[in-house]
Amino acid sequence: MVLLQQVISGLSIGSVYALVALGYTMVYGIVQLINFAHGDIIMVGSYAVFFAINQLGAPFWLAILASMLFCAAIGVLMEKVAYKPLRNPPSRRALAFAAGLIAFMLLLMFVISIAIALMAALCVCVAALFLTKRIGWSPKGGAPRISALITAIGVSLFLQNIFMLAFSPDPKPFPSVMEGTLKYGGRYSISYGALATMAISVGLMAALSIFISRTKMGRAMRAVSEDAGAAVLMGVNVNSTISATFAIGSALAAVGGALYSASYPQIDPFMGSQFGLKAFIAAVLGGIGVVPGAMLGGFAMGVAESLTKAVDSRWSDAVVFLILIIVLLFKPSGVLGKNTKEKV
Amino acid sequence: MLEVKDLHVHYGAIHAIKGISFHVGEGEIVSLIGANGAGKTTTLQAMSGLKKISGGFVAFMGNDLAKIKPEKILRLGMAHVPEGRRIFSRMSVQENLEMSAYIVKSKEQVQEEFKHVLELFPRLGERLKQRAGTLSGGEQQMLAISRALMSRPKMILMDEPSMGLSPILVKEIFRIVAQCKKDGMTILLVEQNASIALSISDRAYVLETGRIALEGNSSELMGNVEVKKAYLGG
Ligand SMILES: Nc1ncnc2c1ncn2[C@@H]1O[C@H](COP(=O)(O)OP(=O)(O)OP(=O)(O)O)[C@@H](O)[C@H]1O
Ligand SMILES: [Mg+2]
Repeated sequence: MVLLQQVISGLSIGSVYALVALGYTMVYGIVQLINFAHGDIIMVGSYAVFFAINQLGAPFWLAILASMLFCAAIGVLMEKVAYKPLRNPPSRRALAFAAGLIAFMLLLMFVISIAIALMAALCVCVAALFLTKRIGWSPKGGAPRISALITAIGVSLFLQNIFMLAFSPDPKPFPSVMEGTLKYGGRYSISYGALATMAISVGLMAALSIFISRTKMGRAMRAVSEDAGAAVLMGVNVNSTISATFAIGSALAAVGGALYSASYPQIDPFMGSQFGLKAFIAAVLGGIGVVPGAMLGGFAMGVAESLTKAVDSRWSDAVVFLILIIVLLFKPSGVLGKNTKEKV
Repeated sequence: MLEVKDLHVHYGAIHAIKGISFHVGEGEIVSLIGANGAGKTTTLQAMSGLKKISGGFVAFMGNDLAKIKPEKILRLGMAHVPEGRRIFSRMSVQENLEMSAYIVKSKEQVQEEFKHVLELFPRLGERLKQRAGTLSGGEQQMLAISRALMSRPKMILMDEPSMGLSPILVKEIFRIVAQCKKDGMTILLVEQNASIALSISDRAYVLETGRIALEGNSSELMGNVEVKKAYLGG
């Protein structure tokens, strides 16, 4: 029965891994990018829930909903600002605007008056437009994939440091939102938190599966991930499809973050990297880019970790990496992955 | 219907299309023939927005295509059957066909077009639930054409629909091409198989390394000595 208990708690944490792994896998499927900043979305979402409950007095479910929306917006913003310019060259106008914005922010730090900073920034903007036109320079797109990868690491560090500056590196206690345990068979118990976590995660995964297989947007996502050019020929707007993917992945990570923080009741700006890494390994285990793979990988990872904990808790993290090594050695494409060479 | 003036296309430093001009009138079948690497595929991709044009002017029914987002071009009524079919192999045949529902708003119209393409290609009807990647080459080509027809386009660009198919299937595909013309569609056909392209089309352009070398009525070109030598194997 101890075994059963461990399996259940493993499935519970595994369902959260699965939620987060889905974001990694969906984004990889559609833009072939390992979004290292995805883990930090968990952290952003947890802070959002934390503040919604503590400052605004929102109920847990409402806080999660708000956090989903917030994280979806952050995910889309991240894509548009950091990743999209690497795929498609930004216009000269967008670059000039960015230069102006940076100048404005820098000047604000040194100049007292907003008006002066604004005027100077405008001058920078116009000068950038004029100069690039004069020398006939325009931005080039199609950066190599390694650039996107490094950018993703940069975004991850950026998020962690912004949150550290804003909220201090110290862990904050997460409000207890799911208390109580379900007793059965006299001696055994499962916390309601674990049950609720599983129910919410499985419900969301079912909804996502239906969304991907039945809706127009879901079909567009599959089309873009297989052949973006052919999808364009079918009238699919590739950029909005990519944005939707980031939004959905980030919203799921927000839920994952909230559920995780609720059962491990503290949050800090760096919580996303450890958890995100495990979820990423779960995605690799199931087959990166394959949606059911992420779900399977998440559950498998949770159970493996939980069972190891029952034997010797010091080994639970090591087991995660052992799984990664075994997968990479014997089936690099993952359990449900297609055994084809990666198209580069 | 389609008017192309002094079109230039680059791949980085490679100047693939060096200023070509041609037109396709309403209801015509026009073929574009030429050897490997002449720039046929590039030309079609420049029409449907898959490739950015670097100079010149492309107008489709009075719209300047350079100003229109690639995914909007299908909505104007121009469909493209790309080289190598490029069907969505992980989706079912039915889902591939329904991709066009992306732009067609009414369910009834989708149903109607569904019936229409299944009449043209009854073989696909028997395989609606099958994964498209498991279809034979010929069936995949049928699917690629059907998928383009589903949006009921006014004009269709076809890139080597006969590639890799047996003579019987080639005949079958070109029967459909002729049927499309009868139904009032305008067709720009790219082919390496020059004899079959010339036999079905009204006019033709011969592309040589990014330039138009010859143009004229298909029947005239078929008798042209140079064309015979270079493309008709005699
Ligand atoms: N992605 C690319 N990058 C660089 N050069 C390219 C690319 N695609 C095509 N080209 C070049 O552009 C030229 C025209 O190619 P294109 O594919 O349009 O020829 P094609 O007439 O369709 O040939 P085929 O009959 O073999 O299909 C060729 O010289 C080719 O090498
Ligand atoms: Mg070609």
